[in-house]
Amino acid sequence: MVLVTQQDYIRGMITELGHFALILAFLVAIVQSIVPLIGAAKRWVGWMGVAEPAAIVQFLLVSFSFGALVWAFVTSDFSLRVVVENSHSAKPMLYKISGTWGNHEGSMLLWVLIVSLFGAMAAFFGGGLPPTLKARVLSVQSMIAVAFFAFILFTSNPFDRLIVAPFDGRDLNPLLQDPGLAFHPPFLYLGYVGLSMAFSFAVAALIEGRVDAAWGRWVRPWTLAAWIFLTIGIALGSWWAYYELGWGGFWFWDPVENASFMPWLLAAALLHSAIVVEKREALKSWTILLAIIAFGFSLIGTFIVRSGLLTSVHAFANDPERGVFILIILVLFIGGALTLFAARAQAMEAKGVFSVVSRESALILNNILLAVSCFVVFFGTMWPMVAEMAFDRKLSVGAPFFNAAFTPFMVALGIALPIGSMLPWKRGKLGKTAYSLRYVFILSVALALLVWVMQTGRSALGPIGLFLGAWITLGAAVDLWSRTGRKGSIQRLFRLPGADWGKAVAHTGLGVTIFAIAGLTAWEVEDIRVAQPGQPFEVGQFTLTLENVRDVQGPNYFSTTADVQVEKSGRSMGTLHPEKRNYPVARMPTTEAAIDYRFWGDLYVVIGDQQADGGWVMRTYIKPLANWIWGGCILMALGGLLSLTDRRFRVAAGARKAPSSGVPAE
Amino acid sequence: MKRLILIFALIASPLFAVQPDEVLEDPVLEQRARDLSTGLRCLVCRNESIDESNAELARDLRLLLRERLVAGDTDEEAVDFIVDRYGEYVLLKPTVTGANLMLWLAGPIMLLIAAVIGWSFLRNRSQAVGTEVKDGLSEAEKERLRQILDD
Repeated sequence: MVLVTQQDYIRGMITELGHFALILAFLVAIVQSIVPLIGAAKRWVGWMGVAEPAAIVQFLLVSFSFGALVWAFVTSDFSLRVVVENSHSAKPMLYKISGTWGNHEGSMLLWVLIVSLFGAMAAFFGGGLPPTLKARVLSVQSMIAVAFFAFILFTSNPFDRLIVAPFDGRDLNPLLQDPGLAFHPPFLYLGYVGLSMAFSFAVAALIEGRVDAAWGRWVRPWTLAAWIFLTIGIALGSWWAYYELGWGGFWFWDPVENASFMPWLLAAALLHSAIVVEKREALKSWTILLAIIAFGFSLIGTFIVRSGLLTSVHAFANDPERGVFILIILVLFIGGALTLFAARAQAMEAKGVFSVVSRESALILNNILLAVSCFVVFFGTMWPMVAEMAFDRKLSVGAPFFNAAFTPFMVALGIALPIGSMLPWKRGKLGKTAYSLRYVFILSVALALLVWVMQTGRSALGPIGLFLGAWITLGAAVDLWSRTGRKGSIQRLFRLPGADWGKAVAHTGLGVTIFAIAGLTAWEVEDIRVAQPGQPFEVGQFTLTLENVRDVQGPNYFSTTADVQVEKSGRSMGTLHPEKRNYPVARMPTTEAAIDYRFWGDLYVVIGDQQADGGWVMRTYIKPLANWIWGGCILMALGGLLSLTDRRFRVAAGARKAPSSGVPAE
Repeated sequence: MKRLILIFALIASPLFAVQPDEVLEDPVLEQRARDLSTGLRCLVCRNESIDESNAELARDLRLLLRERLVAGDTDEEAVDFIVDRYGEYVLLKPTVTGANLMLWLAGPIMLLIAAVIGWSFLRNRSQAVGTEVKDGLSEAEKERLRQILDD
């Protein structure tokens, strides 16, 4: 029975080494969080110098450890508990790899890998940072890593062995066997954890007692990167839900979704307020506070997902003990940082002065709206728990509440955005800026009215969404054009700095997404029926015919696949294949919708059960502008990326000596 | 990501939300039923409305709701009928009563507080604009200017 081959031996070795590397990384992280901090306080160059190599060694060790876990999944090492519980030898290779982080233990290892990655990147790219600041940033970053290493090693060790290894695993949840799992969590984590960098910079600056324009310039790229990753991660998750859930829902206001959305809102606020710090040396203490709270919400998000305190459809591998551990981490870090903030914030005197109408004040409005809307989401997410504990009322807070309570903030933000983003720094005239947007306003209103008339009698949501979308996107275009000077020229347009392009593209993305969400909600067409094979039926402009339903066997599932012929005004649009699948090992059915992705809207077909009369239940949707939702998100992320390429960040990163004066306000 | 797991995990039967046999003849009544369904929670699911849910219980609730509407209930009466039986937990949009006022007012109150703080901060900053204009240059800048002129 016990026949250890050489392969088994090597596999076991790699797993053990992975475990060992993890413990070693934990120890390195402890050293990295203490030594440079003391070094920076005492101005001991040698001690400060520990931070940089330690950050890189820590990252290499965790990478090895993570690699070892991936290897265990790839080779189906069923002596590891996580592999048994989440994998199966017949599972396709892609899902064996992505299954590494499709479970609690593995995903926490990915989390800490990314904490280390950011630390190592700060060590690598942080050449321009003053040595004390750099030592402190890396030390704080490492403290976060220490907390999560401890969390993994003491409560959720992925390298736990089973005494008797079973012959095969219990398979990964079929819904997670999707390319979505390969990308959605890593991006989300890059975003969550990316905010740890902003947090580390904030705390380091508080210890340092100095926040200036240069600090704003250093912290902004990290926040921007975190926000880009969060944007992509959230969009991927939303898209995944759209095609996988079988009815095309893309956002549910589920606690776990909210957990990723709250940091996104705050990261958006933070990257705007960091501009004010950078350009005008104002809003310093608010920006620091925001950086602390934004990472706090990342931790709250982790807590919500891991604790199972809030009932969520995402609930996975939750465990009260783990919840308590994360709560302690949250209290220690955020409590500690806020205490430090309370003690030191006074020292950060604001320099820049500006009038009530100015770019600064517009960015303050942006921050107020984003922060308060985040607060609304937070309150709504926590309310069921509060109501039950404090008032003994068992109630639900779902999508209808959030739609009603959250949307007004986004509408207000959308209305203010084009004007605010064109106001000059320091002192502006509302009338003058509004005047330059007069054509955009007229055109947007005209478009909305046109659609209002055309759609006769449907909700006002569509036209309002169109107005906001057009107002924001066209406003962004006018703003960009105005940057080329009094006599705009195409050549100058392409020579504008990355930040200008980034701003225009990201704002355009927001406009597109707002319009798409409103349009999809307002103009969706749904058809539910029992379809008889061979009998065509019409949905909107499409004629569908259920031609055939057959049984197909997949690698680890059985499928009932339908062939649905689609025609539009007499022309064949091809055949769609909606499926029902059954995964025998996990004993779970799934639906695989067939989606014809089209520019103006998707055709979304789902097959259900066979009826007694031989017909099949079919659900067909026309989802107008569906692609635009994620297209807008891609534009937002692209805008962030363009902004990241701006020359001044590279200058800031590469310069040995940081400029002490701010970048001139344009 | 994990949303996906439980939605189906809790439901063994591969049913679908809103079956063809549930749909009412009268399109106006059906639309009302659909609109109300999106605001009622499927009790055995996690955070799903009965309109979206595949669960057997959600189907029962949808049929019950339609029964009440066909019997001539107003929207409110039909929803009250269900709340009486299943408690306010079924409402995805909490009522604006009692402690729930806090939930509904949290946003507007916070906005008000933020607006007041923001406004007083702005006033502060813009008064500083006045002094800045009066003085023209700060002491350090004057010093620097004198140096430049001396050179």
